[in-house]
Order: sequence, then C-alpha cells, then structure tokens
Amino acid sequence: MKDIIYKKIERITFGSLSPKEIKKMSAAKIVTPELYDKEGYPVDGGLMDVRLGVIDPGLRCKTCGLKLKECIGHFGYIELARPILHIKYIKVIHDALKCTCKECGVLLLDQKQREKYQTNMEKILRRPSLLRKRGKAVILTARTTKKCPHCGAKQSTIKIEKPTTFLEDDRRLSPIEIRSRLEKLDDDTVTLLGMNPEYARPEWFTLTLLPIPPVTMRPSITLETGERSEDDLTHKLGDIVRINQRLFENISAGAPEVIVEDLWDLLQYHVTTYFDNEVTQVPPARHRSGQPLKTLTERIKSKEGRFRYNLTGKRVNFAARTVISPDSQIHFNEVGVPKLIALELTVPERVTGWNKERLKAFVERGPKKYPGSNYVIRPDGKKKKITDETREQLLEEMQPGYIVERHLMDGDLAIFNRQPSLHKMSIMCHRIRVMPGRSFRLNPAVCFPYNADFDGDEMNLHIPQTEEAMAEAEVLMQVQTQIISPKHGLNVIGCIEDAIAGNYILTAGLTVPKDKAVQLLVSSGVDNRQAFRKFGSFVSGKDVFSALLPDDFSLVSKCRDGTRLVIKLGAIKEGVVDSNSIGEEGATMIRSLHKKYGPDFTIDLMGKIFRLGINVLFDCGFTTGVSDTDLPEELMVKIRKLIQDTEKEVQEYIEIYNSRKLEIVPGKTAEETLELHVLQILNKVRNKIGDLIANSADEKNPTIVMARSGSRGNILNLSMIAACVGQQALRGKRIDKGYKKRTLSLFKKGELSPKARGFIGVGFKDGLDPVDFFFGSMTGRDSLMDTALRTPKSGYLYRRLANALQDIRVEYDHTVRGASGNIVQFHYGDDDLDVAKTEKGTIDVRRIVEEVKIDR
Amino acid sequence: MIDEYINRGVPEPLVRGLVKEAEDVKLTKAEIKKALDRLENEYKDAYISPGEAIGVITAESFGEPGTQMTLNTFHFAGVAELNVTLGLPRLIELFDARSNVSTPAMEIYLDKAYTKENKDVKKVASLIKETKFREVASEFVINVLKLQVEVTLNKKNMADLHITEAKILEALQSGLKGVVVKQSKDGIIVLKPSSVEEDLKEVYKLREKAKECFIKGVKKISYVIPIKIGNEFVILASGSNLAGVLSLKEVDATRTITNNIHETAEVLGIDAAREAIIYEAEKVIKNQGLDIDVRHIMFIADLMTNTGKVKGITRSGITGEKESVLARASFETPIKHIINAALVGEIDPLDSVIENVIVNQPIPLGTGLPSLVAKMKNARI
Repeated sequence: MKDIIYKKIERITFGSLSPKEIKKMSAAKIVTPELYDKEGYPVDGGLMDVRLGVIDPGLRCKTCGLKLKECIGHFGYIELARPILHIKYIKVIHDALKCTCKECGVLLLDQKQREKYQTNMEKILRRPSLLRKRGKAVILTARTTKKCPHCGAKQSTIKIEKPTTFLEDDRRLSPIEIRSRLEKLDDDTVTLLGMNPEYARPEWFTLTLLPIPPVTMRPSITLETGERSEDDLTHKLGDIVRINQRLFENISAGAPEVIVEDLWDLLQYHVTTYFDNEVTQVPPARHRSGQPLKTLTERIKSKEGRFRYNLTGKRVNFAARTVISPDSQIHFNEVGVPKLIALELTVPERVTGWNKERLKAFVERGPKKYPGSNYVIRPDGKKKKITDETREQLLEEMQPGYIVERHLMDGDLAIFNRQPSLHKMSIMCHRIRVMPGRSFRLNPAVCFPYNADFDGDEMNLHIPQTEEAMAEAEVLMQVQTQIISPKHGLNVIGCIEDAIAGNYILTAGLTVPKDKAVQLLVSSGVDNRQAFRKFGSFVSGKDVFSALLPDDFSLVSKCRDGTRLVIKLGAIKEGVVDSNSIGEEGATMIRSLHKKYGPDFTIDLMGKIFRLGINVLFDCGFTTGVSDTDLPEELMVKIRKLIQDTEKEVQEYIEIYNSRKLEIVPGKTAEETLELHVLQILNKVRNKIGDLIANSADEKNPTIVMARSGSRGNILNLSMIAACVGQQALRGKRIDKGYKKRTLSLFKKGELSPKARGFIGVGFKDGLDPVDFFFGSMTGRDSLMDTALRTPKSGYLYRRLANALQDIRVEYDHTVRGASGNIVQFHYGDDDLDVAKTEKGTIDVRRIVEEVKIDR
Repeated sequence: MIDEYINRGVPEPLVRGLVKEAEDVKLTKAEIKKALDRLENEYKDAYISPGEAIGVITAESFGEPGTQMTLNTFHFAGVAELNVTLGLPRLIELFDARSNVSTPAMEIYLDKAYTKENKDVKKVASLIKETKFREVASEFVINVLKLQVEVTLNKKNMADLHITEAKILEALQSGLKGVVVKQSKDGIIVLKPSSVEEDLKEVYKLREKAKECFIKGVKKISYVIPIKIGNEFVILASGSNLAGVLSLKEVDATRTITNNIHETAEVLGIDAAREAIIYEAEKVIKNQGLDIDVRHIMFIADLMTNTGKVKGITRSGITGEKESVLARASFETPIKHIINAALVGEIDPLDSVIENVIVNQPIPLGTGLPSLVAKMKNARI
C-alpha cells in the first residue's frame, strides 16, 4: 500500500511577473496568429501550440508528455514589438513618474524628508499594509516637488490622458521613454513608492513580454457542425499576436512613423481589452455578433466570476434533489428517499474480514437490484463499475482493503438542505428511509427550521462519504441536536397544526373509554403499561396525555389564554396543551424536556406527542369550512352597530376639524392630528370586534379551536372573514393617494370619511364592493413591493455580516478572536454562556429552586 | 456563601437571583447550597465550547430574521411620538456605522429639579430646541428702495419661546457676518448688507440667510416633545447634538443619549459607542417583534468598536481590514485587492475560513480547529 502523503498549503505569496520570469516559466514562444493547419492539427508557435497543453483527446502534451485532463497546461509568451502599458497599473506608473526625477531617476525628496521616510524600512517591507501606507505618504510629499534635489533638473507635470496616454507638458510620452525612465529607479526608491522591489518594479508594468495562458484555461469547443469555436481569450490573444506581427514587420521594413504609431496604439488597445474589457473610455472589444468579449477581469469579477462562482462555491457528487412532500408517520429525524435515488446514491463501505460476506452480497446484486452496489474501489484507487461482465471477476478479487459503494439503506445518514440556507438549521442530518415514489418525504414538524412548505418546494440531499464526515453529521447535525436555536435559546422544532389542535382537544376536556385511550397511545408509539393499568373505564384526555410524559417531569407555564398549565410528576393537573407548550419557537414544555432529558429523548417524545395529536383528530374528526365562520344574528347586529357608531364618531371628529376647533397636537398640523385620531379609532374597531367574537364564541367551533390552540389562524382572521376587514393602511397612514385631493373619482374632493380613505366595514364573506376591493388591492400590492425590495437588501446585509464575522471563533482560553488573533471579546457575551445551551439566554434559577424543592 | 460562588466565576445576578428565589420558598441553608451547586454545574455545562464558530452563528442570527423585517417602519402609534427610522433600513444603517443618521434623535433626561412639573419641562424644552429667526418673525420684507430687509417680529411666538428683542438683535449680530442690524422705532428689525456695492441679489440672499439664522437653543435640534416615562418627564428630540445638549445644566448628562454612534464615540468615548450600538440594535429588534439574544448584539458591537474606533461592517470597514488577500478579494472588488497585493508581495497566511475553502483545505473552526495527530502503534488498515 502506498504511503499516504499529507500536503498542506501553508501560505500564498502574491507578486508580479518580471520579464525574466515570464520567459523562464514559458514553454513556447508564440509567433503566429494561426491556430490550426489544414489537417486541424495545432500549428507550432500558434496560440493552440501543443506545448501549451492539450485539449483534444488522444494528443499528448509536448512539454510534460501527459494526456488530456492530466496535463494542467503551460504558459507561453509573446515578444511585444514595442512596450505596452499595463492598464491595471497605470496609476502606479503615473505615481512613479511624478515622484522621480525625469533626468536621473532619483526620488524627489530632499535629504531630510528622505531620512524621515526611510526609517524602519526592513520592518515595513514585511508588513504590506505599512508599506502601502508609507508609499502613499511619500507620493503625497514627492509629487509636488518642482526641482530635483539631486541633479537640479526642473520637473515638468505629467498628466494621464485616459485611458493609457501620458502627457508631459502636452508632449506625449511614449511607453519606450516611460520604460527607460522607470528603469533608472533604484530599489530604495521603488520601496519608498510603496512597492516591494523583489515582487514588483514599475518598469515591469510597461510590458515587453506578454505571457500567454495555457490552452487548458481557454479551451475551444467543437460545435455540432464540426466547426471549432474558440474561447474569448483565444480571440483576443489572436488579435494581439496579429497586430504585434504587423508592427514587427512595419518596423523592420522602415515604415513611416505614423503607421507604426497607429499600429502601436492598436496593439495597446488590444492588450488593454485583453486585461479588462470594461475600462471606461475604451470601446469594449466585441464578437461578430456584437456581444462584448469576456476577458481576464470579467472572468474573475462579480457573482458569476471565478471567486464567488468557482472558488467559494463548489459542486459536489453524491447529491440528489427533488420535490418534497409530507409524511406525518415518519420520525422527525428521518427523511423518505425514493428508491430511484437510493439506487443511484451510494455509501462507501470498506471491506474487512468481518463484513466481507455481507458486502459480497451487495456486489452480487449489482447496480439494478436493491439493495446492491454500483462501484468497487480497488486499494490502488481504481474505481470499477459493477456490470454483468465485471461482477464475477470483482467478486473473486474482493478482499479486505477494497471499498464497496453500496446503495442507500434505511438508517444511513444523509444531509438534508433547503435553500436559502439562512441558518444552520437549514442543513440538518436525517436518517434515510427508502420509500416508493419520486419525492423526498419529511415530517411536517421540521418544515419550520427549513422554512419549507409543500407547494412544489425542492430540497437537496447529500450523502457523507467518509467516516469522519458521517461522524460529524451524526453528532453535530442531526435534527435532535438542532432543537434549540442559538439565536435565542428556544426551540425551533415543535408540533404544528393538526398535532397542536389534536392535543388541545384531547386535554381541553375530552373523555375516552379505556380501550380507546390505550389504542390512541399505542398507535402513537407509547407503550406505558404502568399508566394503562391505572386507567379507569373512562379516561380523561389529560390523563391520556400524561401517560406519555416521564414520571418525574414537572412544569408550570402559561397557556395561550393566560391560564396556568401545571404538570406535576408526569401528570397534567391544570390547564391545556397548546402552541405555547408544544408549538414551534418558544414552547415551554419542549424547552424544559430538552433541558431535563436531552435531545434524543425530546425528539422521540415530540414524535409521540405529534402522533398522539394526529391520532386524536383521526378519531374524533376535525374539519372547518365557511359555515364555521357564521356568527349568530344578535352578534352580527351588535357588530354592525359598533361599526356604525365608529363611523359616526369619526364623522364627529371630521366636523370638529372642519370647524377648526380641533385641539392640535404639538408639532403636527391640524390635518395630521385628525388623521392620528381617526386612525386610532378605526384600528380599535377591529380589535373590539375580535373581542366580541372571542367572548361569544362557541367552544366547539373548529375555527375557534384552531385559533385558541394556536394551530392555525387567529381571532383577527376570523373577524376579517366574518365581520369587518378593517382599515387598509399604506405606510402607516390611511390611504390618501390617487386623484387630486381624493382617493377615487367617485368621492367628493377632500372627503375624509372612513370609506373614502380605505376603511372596509364589511367582512370578506359579505363580499367587498369595488371601492373596498380596490383599497384592499392597494395594500396587497404595497406589501408585495415591500417583500420584493426587502429580500435583496437583507440578503446583502447578511452577506456582509457573514463575510466579516466568519473567521471569528472562541479560543481555548475563552477569548473570542479573529483569524489574525485580534481579540474581540475576553469572554463570549461577558459570561461565556452558549446561547443554545441556555433557556432564553439565561439559566432558569427558579427551575433549579423548584427542582431542589421537589427533591427533598 | 454567596461570595464563594461568585468568586468561582458564577455570574453574580444568577447567584443572587437564585438565593432570593430560594428564600422566597423558604429553602433551608443546606438546600440553598444544593441549589447553588446545581447552578454552578449547569453554568459550567452551558459554557461555550472552544472552536465554536461564534461569528457565523451571530451572522445567521441577524441574517435569518432580516428577511422578516419590514422595510419602511415609522413610529407613530402614540399621539406624541417622533418619526424614527426602524426596521431593516435602520439595522443596515447601524451596522454600516454611517455618520449621518437618516433620522437623528435624542432622548434627553433632565436633572431631578426639572422633571416634576410640566411647566419646568416645557421651559427646558424650549431651551434645547434650536430657534431660527424665521420662527420669531412674522414677515420678511425686502425694501427695494433702501436695499434692505425689514423684519416684523412675532410677539406671541417670542413669548412662547421666552425670547426678548434684545436677545434677537444680539444673536443676529453674531450670526450674520457683514450685516448691519438695527431696530427701528416701530419695532421692525432692519438688516442691511454692509458692503459698499449695492446689489439687489445680495439683499435677496441676505433675506434667505436671515431666515435660517440661529437665535437660541442647541444647534441641530429641530424639534422637541416632552413625554412622560414612568413618573418623570423626558424630552424626545429630533436632531442630534450631544455635546450641545450635555452642556446645559438642566440636563442629566448621565442618562441622555443620541442615536448617532459616531457622535457618541466622539463625546463620550468608545465604550459609550458600544453601549449605544447595543441599545439601538436592541430597539430595532424589539420593535420588529423579533427575538435575538443580546449576546449576538454585544458581539457585533464589540467587533465594531474593539480597535477604539467605530468601524462599519463594510468593505472599507471590518472586511477591508482583514489580513488575508483572498478573504478580501472574495468579498468585493477582487481585482483591486489582487493588483495591490502583487505590488507589495503580500503573503496570505491561509489562517481563516474562506481562503481554506478556496484551496480545498479544512477550515480552522469547530472540528477543523484541533491539530492533534494520534501516534498509532501497529496501525492497520
């Protein structure tokens, strides 16, 4: 077996290429713009020269002798007929010219200044930020000097004419002159200008040699017609080589200066657009179709560029993606995987003496029969596909050290993810459950952390491929380890909808016969015989629920309606179970179960509670419809009267306002004051109606049950359907946009009545008239706009935060530090507490006292 | 007994809270000790683990709820409230550490002697509010013949704002340079440019300038309202001038704050700025009905202030000052960073997250942090 060699990149040094280095690293000198000869073979000395690497299957690289995909490519170079300025370093060249003497190349600083800036040079050379700062300071001082302190030559002003022309007192400086001036600078001068002469000298940026990137980074593609289509970079380089050759020929033929200059400028243009095709004042080079070429800078930049697209975001194998659908019968930490996917994704298992026979069976079954295997990896790293032909041979040679890639099976670990992955609960580890069908199945209770629903959402599944990855996924990422959010120290996974409603109905006063009670519990996965024995012939819902709680569990908390929920030693004494105790985000019962019994127990119990709730609904039936929102006649009369009274009250205010007797709130105009009062009154009505409905509601009404238990909807929703939609507000005001002094043309100018300003006095069920509907649509549109504008804004804030904070961690000495060791905090959060291990950010001392009290 | 636990590192509020709770239910001494031991254990259990990627956790804690925040929130539920930017825009503004706040505001607490009576408070409020000349004048007239501005005073407003004519004259004299200020017998104030050249344009300009001339109060405080919080009066002000307000003797300088972080840092120092960031961020989060632990807010505040200067979380702030070239380049403006790195021969030490992702190496966080190598005897595969 080969020795394993671990390599680690320790650091990366950045620098610029000197002409010497360009030549040294080159495999070929490029002299002709032609690419292929008549046979379609790359031309020697052309841009696709085989010495630069190969992109055609079958060919071998002339430099390293390797084949396609093995050879990473080699650089070449071209010799430029005349020096060309590097567009990205124009500013550096400009600064260097301005700050040095045009005659002798000495930095334009007098002795005193020079001494001042030259202190600590050794140290500064090693600290890039200091060097840069020093350079800036030197440039600021030196550029204004008019006379050389060394030779006394008078200095002229040098201006840049964008993009690449330098003017010295209105005379154009040719790159040749620039180069010869920059060559005169000694190393000290270069250092003082903020450069490290070992890595960059200003004259290197007047290019005499241009490196040609290997063909592997600009591969050509063969179209269906058999025609070759070259990469944008190859096009651009072709232009450069062609013009360069022309320039050479013209110079050696002694062509007139004008023609040479023109060609020179053209070459400068091509080299400039080769580096960056989006320079201001330079027309971008285009394809024949008119679309701009993507040259070097564009390749690196922006979201689709190399950095953000390829380097920080990587593609992976062993992943699947499909639509999700709910399955309330699987566990919270399971994911249903279609068999089709299970046949495709694999888990590598290493053959040992103990599992050899078992794994042989997998290979025997092959890729088509489940559970089989797709590949076998030999110890030398060769991957062999299992086919009817290879199977026998593989079975024979299989021995410890081989790796079998077997199909997914129940209980394997998978990483499950839904985008956008906004927090760590968006990527969790589930156990696989292979199922028929074509969609991923997940328990609806884990929708909340993923923020998923089933209206067509798709999710991704990844299979960890090494033992290390599997262990980390299992220990750190499983669903039960994510119950408590580090955002606020409360649970983010809990029961939802039916499960809450069911448990609410159960504990709010249901009584069932003993056999039914046992049936409910057993079908939910509870087999608590001890509790069953204590059941009488009729069992109250509270006792049924209590049967699944641990015997030493106690809790005092609040129900949604403000009454107390008291659990003493595993029995509900008082109150009901609702979303406050078992729901998602901040459920008291789940939080304290987690604290007391740990994540594994909690997730299991939550599953039982969940199924119990559903089973209760299965048993007693639960449905809601429009007729459930019907209100009794006398209540409707009351509500109508309330709305009328309110409108009257508003009218009174408007009259007071019209008679100019309104008492004005300081700092506001009379109109604003009126609006303030009116809005307050109108907002109050809807709440009053809600109260009326809540007080006179039928306890058995399913809509009310849903609202009371917190499973879905609230009283406000109900009152909007049944009685009054309420005031439509735009940016916190009543609607006042539209026509001049009125919202719609059917109102009088200046009309301030509730109706004319977007108050909808009827319920959805009554039907909205066109005016009401229009106002409702206005607010609807406004909120859509808000969402659409908010998403990118908050996304950008998040990106910036993540980028700034990503390398900060807690060290072994409990300090919080950044990557370079800078201390941010001496103790995290001043008390070293991990929010995810706290109860809402603190340790509950009352609970501790209670526990001690119970113990005695 | 209490001190013993505090000395062992258990936070004081927890210890005292527990003891108080225990005494309320009449636990015995031994039982209290038992409870304290349990507290100490739970506290130690809840310790944050070394290597925890706390930065990412904090970023997530803000990034995820960020999508739920509203874009345009203005306060005005109550009758007398100021309009203050809240919600996502305010959070962005805060983390950017912008020096000009979109709605500057102050909470001004008063010295005990002035908080009892509404009358006193109103008086202080009028002292604080910046009064401009136009607020005490009822009419500005340009006298074309004499090339001067004639201003009629508004006596009622003057009385409301406790301003005398003499004070106005004095303020105008010092506020308007190169202008002759006089008062005619009928109480009209006459402003005349003192320059020799007589030009109607100058007079016109002078009129506009005079309108905005500072008369009294604290500069930049454009609007004040006294409100009652608990049983004392507090003045809410729109506009911010911490140094100016604190110099008034009626103001309780220990509690008065502004929502401008940079101003706080300048006047009260960097620790105050840290507190201000925490206070402001918490206000936004509470207002939006979100629940984010203070530790996350404190963490960001610490990061923004730990160099002694207020730095924003922007490409020129914290991210721009990272040591690693690749980390900066992968965030924004990659070309600029690489070009500049090439000039100075910059070295990327690859010791933070993103560079190691780029070169396909384990990141130094969490389980990637320990660099222990087990020495295996008779290692078998």
